[in-house]
Amino acid sequence: MSSSDPEGGKGAPEPASIDRSGFNKQRRYFLIGATAAVGGVGVVGAAVPFVASWMPSAKARALGAPITIDISKLQPGEMLGPVPAWRGQPIFVLDRTPQAIEILEENTADLADPDSDKLEQQPDYARNPWRSKRPEIGVYVGICTHLGCSPKYHGEVQPEPFDPNWKGGFFCPCHGSRFDMAGRVVKGVPAPDNLVVPPYQFLSDNIIQIGVDEETA
Amino acid sequence: MKRITEIGLKGMKATRRILTGVCLLACLMPGAQVLAMSGTDWHMEPMKPNLQDLPSLQNGWRLYVNYCLGCHSLQYQRYERTADDLGVPHDIVLDELIFTGQKIGEHMTSAMSPELAKQWFGGPPPDLTMVARTRGEEWLYNYLKTFYVDEARPFGVNNKVFPNVGMPNVLMGLQGTQRSACIQMPQIAANGGERRDPLTGEPITEEKCGQLVVDEGSGLYSPEEFDQAVYDIVNFLYYVGEPSRLERYRIGVYVLLFTLILFVFTYLLGREFQKDVKH
Amino acid sequence: MAGQNASQEGKMARAWFSFMDWVDERFPLTETFEYHMSRYWAPKNFNFWYYFGVLSMVVLVIQLLTGIWLTMSYSPSSAFASVEYIMRDVEYGWLLRYLHSTGASAFFVVVYLHMFRGLMYGSYRKPRELLWLVGMAIFAVLIIEGFAGYLLPWGNMSFWAGQVIVSLVGAIPSIGPDLMEWVRGDFLMSDITLNRFFALHVIALPLVLVMLVFVHIVALHHVGSNNPDGIEIKKNKDANGIPLDGIPFHPYYTIGHDLPAIMIFLFIFFLVVFFAPEMGGYFIEKPNFEPANPLKTPEHIAPVWYYTPFYAMLRAATFPLFGIPAKFWGFVVMAGAIVLPAALPWLDRSPVKSIRYKGWISKVTLGLFVVTFFVLGYLGTIPPSPVATKIAQLGTAVYFAYFVLMPWYTRVEKTKPVPDRVTS
Repeated sequence: MSSSDPEGGKGAPEPASIDRSGFNKQRRYFLIGATAAVGGVGVVGAAVPFVASWMPSAKARALGAPITIDISKLQPGEMLGPVPAWRGQPIFVLDRTPQAIEILEENTADLADPDSDKLEQQPDYARNPWRSKRPEIGVYVGICTHLGCSPKYHGEVQPEPFDPNWKGGFFCPCHGSRFDMAGRVVKGVPAPDNLVVPPYQFLSDNIIQIGVDEETA
Repeated sequence: MKRITEIGLKGMKATRRILTGVCLLACLMPGAQVLAMSGTDWHMEPMKPNLQDLPSLQNGWRLYVNYCLGCHSLQYQRYERTADDLGVPHDIVLDELIFTGQKIGEHMTSAMSPELAKQWFGGPPPDLTMVARTRGEEWLYNYLKTFYVDEARPFGVNNKVFPNVGMPNVLMGLQGTQRSACIQMPQIAANGGERRDPLTGEPITEEKCGQLVVDEGSGLYSPEEFDQAVYDIVNFLYYVGEPSRLERYRIGVYVLLFTLILFVFTYLLGREFQKDVKH
Repeated sequence: MAGQNASQEGKMARAWFSFMDWVDERFPLTETFEYHMSRYWAPKNFNFWYYFGVLSMVVLVIQLLTGIWLTMSYSPSSAFASVEYIMRDVEYGWLLRYLHSTGASAFFVVVYLHMFRGLMYGSYRKPRELLWLVGMAIFAVLIIEGFAGYLLPWGNMSFWAGQVIVSLVGAIPSIGPDLMEWVRGDFLMSDITLNRFFALHVIALPLVLVMLVFVHIVALHHVGSNNPDGIEIKKNKDANGIPLDGIPFHPYYTIGHDLPAIMIFLFIFFLVVFFAPEMGGYFIEKPNFEPANPLKTPEHIAPVWYYTPFYAMLRAATFPLFGIPAKFWGFVVMAGAIVLPAALPWLDRSPVKSIRYKGWISKVTLGLFVVTFFVLGYLGTIPPSPVATKIAQLGTAVYFAYFVLMPWYTRVEKTKPVPDRVTS
């Protein structure tokens, strides 16, 4: 803006009480720059509490603390979910039949990321065909990687309206994304990535703790 | 950093259960607790909290959990925050300070359920999260120290700064039996010194009533240890009243320094512009 | 190299100017900036008292920002607990809260000083009557805004102060009791009452406040600023129509004076925020750390300090007069004390504006008025006693006499000659 120019708006008439001719240009420019720089630091500093107050509060962190799940009543082929929830997200815990495990190992041609190469989708201990610690027990965050709907569990190997050659897995009713029994996404659907595997650990044979594992504990 | 002291923890858990019962009884006296604290002329001992003194705060927390939390919740304060601020490892908190099966991120609620308290006694004992902000640390310190035997009261005790208090002396086991008595005390001369007999050099004493004396050896703690314990509890309550106080001071210093620096720059810049103005 | 740089700079400047031309054809940006800032001619003899207008703006911004952010974590349905949630669980929540609670007091500090400036230099006189009236409206809204905000923590003092002030409405004859229920929306101060005051505090009143501030500034820049000499600088203009004693508001006041003054203000403000946010119970009162309890009145109910002069006048009404009961008089006296300064433009009949050229009676009465205001402010903080009530009654009389007698004493006193040009 020409008017905040230290030399004043050229051309416009000057007030009688102002004389802009005698000042030291270098000094004035330096002071403007220095004050603006220090003031800028102040603005950034003042923004810190406002920005930081949007971080998850102690309440949110307490509610998002690790949860434990008892799977002693879970039968092969069944799934627990969308309850329990961890951090407000549905958690799928499924007990796979030997047949389902076999399909996971062999049936990889249609998958977008069969070897779990996208590292942020799972902890390292879930980079295997069944994407879990134990082949039969799978733990996944039940949120579609497309736009956040919760997929439905279709565990049976049987023709389904959305796929005549269905081998079992998850189908998202929102936009038709399909995942196999290890949460691996099928090629050619809107979802880009496999379902997320949360950090988890077995506290005992039948007790799973979700939200924490041996590495993060 | 001092680990939470192990002494007598098991015993304390048991004591605590008994005390919870006693405390429940306390609530049987409706209205007794809401009696005002005004109108005492007790000479208050000063109490200066020290939030840097982590061992004191940790001990205060331990004592509070064992002697007070049974009845008085700290429902706005979380275990985790307290543990982190006071430098206590989480596993120690979970093992030794949480008896209610709560998680570390939860509030320090009382073991007594408010529903039951209401059903049985018409209302729960007050929450003490902000008691240091409403009553003041000095009042708390003197309150906890000035319980004395008074058989006329329902719990057999009365208090010097909270007359007709409706709460038992939960710290009696530590302090011992304290009585309000008349004792011989040195006379204080006009100049503030003790008056002495000019012939014998013996101090001239006078009988003063309403003074507090503890039956010797009746408590677990010596008077000095007890004073320290009460100090620690009050220090802890002072912390809980406003847990971000130290952070506030710390950030405040930087903010003020920065404001000063920015003032210098804006002042020089302002003066630079003022040179254009003809007077 | 140097030539290249210069031509580079020239290019950038040209691009900037052509962009500004593009904007100016569609929106009067440069024109507005010049009208309100760089070609707004402010008298060159502003003194210390002229900082409090801009400081009010600074505090307004602080209150709006921290207020919006507090609303993000506050919940009227669990009011007391959510304030402690902000104080303990939300990152920097304690800072946002203390900035806001201290900001409330700071707002009244700067606004009272700003009003005192107007009183001193006759800033309400012709042609600034509307400017003054808008300012008084801002003050009135600010009082209600502060009161509504004071309820929100829903501590025991919030509850009982709210109870007392809402009961004032009940003093209005015949419709009072019904009106009181209507204001509360309940038969006592309850969640329902709190919720509507929450809505008023966070959206309705701030909106009105911001609009009034805008109108206040538009009115100011239309008539021009008064100054300590109370002279119209527009009477002496140069050939270009620029007042001889005027200087551009920007940068000579904005950067030249206001910025460093804001820094000094912020230093004091932060000193309170970080080291004494309760201000010994004057900014945040101790009973407000206990949740609202309809069965237990705090031993001594005192409003926050900025209402205490008016509260003292309310309590001073202890006897019926002209057939009107004391309770209603309290309401009338308090409301009158707040509203009466709005009549100043028509009460002041002095031939001069500034206290500098007024006679000794005006100087004495203004001094007496200030002392009275402080005494009443103090009396409002202490519990009532027969002596205090007598003094408060005397103070109330002085307060009202200052205004009511003004048409008389400003005319009879001998004034000093006013210079033609501002003095430096």
